[in-house]
Amino acid sequence: MKSFRSLLCGTAMCAAGAAHAVDLEVTHWWTSGGEAAAVAEFAKAFNEMTEHTWVDGAIAGSGGVARPIMISRITGGDPMGATQFNHGRQAEELVEAGLMLDLTDVAEAEGWRDIVHPVSLLDSCTIDGRVYCVPVNIHSWQWIWLSHAAFAQAGVPVPTNWDEFVAAAPKLRESGIVPLAMGNQPWQASGAFGVITIALAGPEAWAAVSVDKDAEVAAGPVYAKVFEAAAAAREMRQGSNVQDWNQATNLVITGKAGGQIMGDWAQGEFQVANQMAGSDYSCLPGLGVNEIISTGGDAFYFPKQSDPDVEAAQKELASLMLSKEVQVAFNLKKGSLPVRGDVDLAAANDCMKKGLAILAQGNILPDANQTLSPDTLGQIEDLMTEFWADSSISAADAQERYADIIANAD
Amino acid sequence: MAKIAAIPMILTALCVFVGGTLWTVVYSFTSSRLLPKANWVGLDQYERLWNTNRWIVSIENLMIYGICSLIFSLVIGFVLAALLDQKIRFENTFRTIILYPFALSFIVTGLVWQWILNPDFGVQNIVRSLGWASFEFDPLYNQDIVIYGILIAGLWQGTGLIMVLMLAGLRGIDQEIWKAARVDGIPTWKTYIFIVIPMMRPVFVTTLVLIASGIVRVFDLVVAQTSGGPGIASEVPAKYVYDTMFLRQNLGQGFAASTMMLLAVAIVIIPWAYLEFGSRKRD
Repeated sequence: MKSFRSLLCGTAMCAAGAAHAVDLEVTHWWTSGGEAAAVAEFAKAFNEMTEHTWVDGAIAGSGGVARPIMISRITGGDPMGATQFNHGRQAEELVEAGLMLDLTDVAEAEGWRDIVHPVSLLDSCTIDGRVYCVPVNIHSWQWIWLSHAAFAQAGVPVPTNWDEFVAAAPKLRESGIVPLAMGNQPWQASGAFGVITIALAGPEAWAAVSVDKDAEVAAGPVYAKVFEAAAAAREMRQGSNVQDWNQATNLVITGKAGGQIMGDWAQGEFQVANQMAGSDYSCLPGLGVNEIISTGGDAFYFPKQSDPDVEAAQKELASLMLSKEVQVAFNLKKGSLPVRGDVDLAAANDCMKKGLAILAQGNILPDANQTLSPDTLGQIEDLMTEFWADSSISAADAQERYADIIANAD
Repeated sequence: MAKIAAIPMILTALCVFVGGTLWTVVYSFTSSRLLPKANWVGLDQYERLWNTNRWIVSIENLMIYGICSLIFSLVIGFVLAALLDQKIRFENTFRTIILYPFALSFIVTGLVWQWILNPDFGVQNIVRSLGWASFEFDPLYNQDIVIYGILIAGLWQGTGLIMVLMLAGLRGIDQEIWKAARVDGIPTWKTYIFIVIPMMRPVFVTTLVLIASGIVRVFDLVVAQTSGGPGIASEVPAKYVYDTMFLRQNLGQGFAASTMMLLAVAIVIIPWAYLEFGSRKRD
């Protein structure tokens, strides 16, 4: 009985003491080595620089596994303190349903509109003029990673653009090397298609289709070229029987494959394998054709809570995530680009520096996640999965179906 | 009194099962995205569903998987049970070995068979290393036969249970019947087919229900083994429902697909229930 009473007292004291310090649960799907190290930078800053405590709610798997769990917790009335989503429209309806905390006052007080670069990232956090999320990093898809060893073995110089790569493919094949590595996960096929589109059709045509949903352009001759190129790439990937993207990257690292079209997160794999950019591998932004990167990435949302103390803590975390020191520490670990242009990333490697330079020049496009709904993206993903796996589907058929999806896109 | 006691159960069944089902069907006529909203679009979701290649492939796969799984489970299960019923030695050991896979979840089963059927590590590699260099067996990487790769894993996991149920049924047959059949000089295989199997009708109904429910909910096996690939060659309806509802945030489309699944189950169940329970009244 006595111990029970002391327990009660203890609980009461805790409750009183917690009036200001809050345990804030943050959910995310960053569980691989580099990712976990990066998110630990957030936790460290939050624990040290505020009186609150970061409670890590990592959900293993991928975004595809984690997002349904997060959404069902938010809609089910058990909201976490903060949660990761990708830049774009994944949380759009949650915001519209009034389930997310409005961060506009913090954003205005700190002038986010002036510091976030590119500002389009903030735009995709803004709905009806109110700000609902904090962008934390930029990941871009538009890269091809080339193995120097593979090209040396085939006796051809390392290509500097997509056309040279296509020309070198038969030579690679002759030496028993798979020209293009690609895993069998659906998103890899549709991602690579997006990269080829931006490189070969150019940013205007891409924007006409993916932003303005112009089905005529999607059915037109510019896109026909893209589908022809994708059909050729489909032949080049024959023989890369792997599932995961990092296994495909590993084929490039070990020289079993010539190259891989993959986002900038692939360079973490090269780093872990002690490969040097420039001497062991090359990276070509925009496939060496159009040096443009898309600004996908991650953002944090703060589900609405009834407790004002929690709300204060959420806002503190929001402003912390965008602060200069945290941005540098986080993005160096993550291998992604910071969302503000006024920080110094001297420690970045060659490929990251290329990305930063493109970013500084403003050669950027929104990510498809920002412009198309998850539903439309899913339909495109299905089409691409089918197209890349089945060589009996002609480029023209695939294009027709693609244009149909775009015509009905929202 | 008994009826009053049953009220909570009846209410739960009505609200949760029937209510939930009706709600799903009603909202399949809306354009709900992430959250259910009542903006009616008529049959649009169904139109889109039946114009979606992936859905058609899913249905075909379910048909192939379903029919094969039904036939093979029953046949293999019964044959194994009949063999075990011959009063052999170490019956317990065999029974345990064959039932053992059932203790594994579909996820584990799927992963195990993903490795066994992997051309670089599994069966193909072993046979090749034995000297038959041109041997090819890679169902999971071949679009045309991938569903059979999944079927193998499903049978491996599920047949043990069917066998045990059948064995229990066989043991329930009176020994006198066997003796009588032997006295009349009826061959054993004829006794099985014309006397024993008709007597085991309740056991067959139970196993049929178990197998059928296993077929409709085949989802985790596919996710673990192929995640629908290569391409979309091993997609199944349950996976389509999950993906559209939770990954693609299109509840309306997911509801339409699950309503079609319900309809498919109803088409099978209603005639069967009519035969099963309708005839009993007439008795």
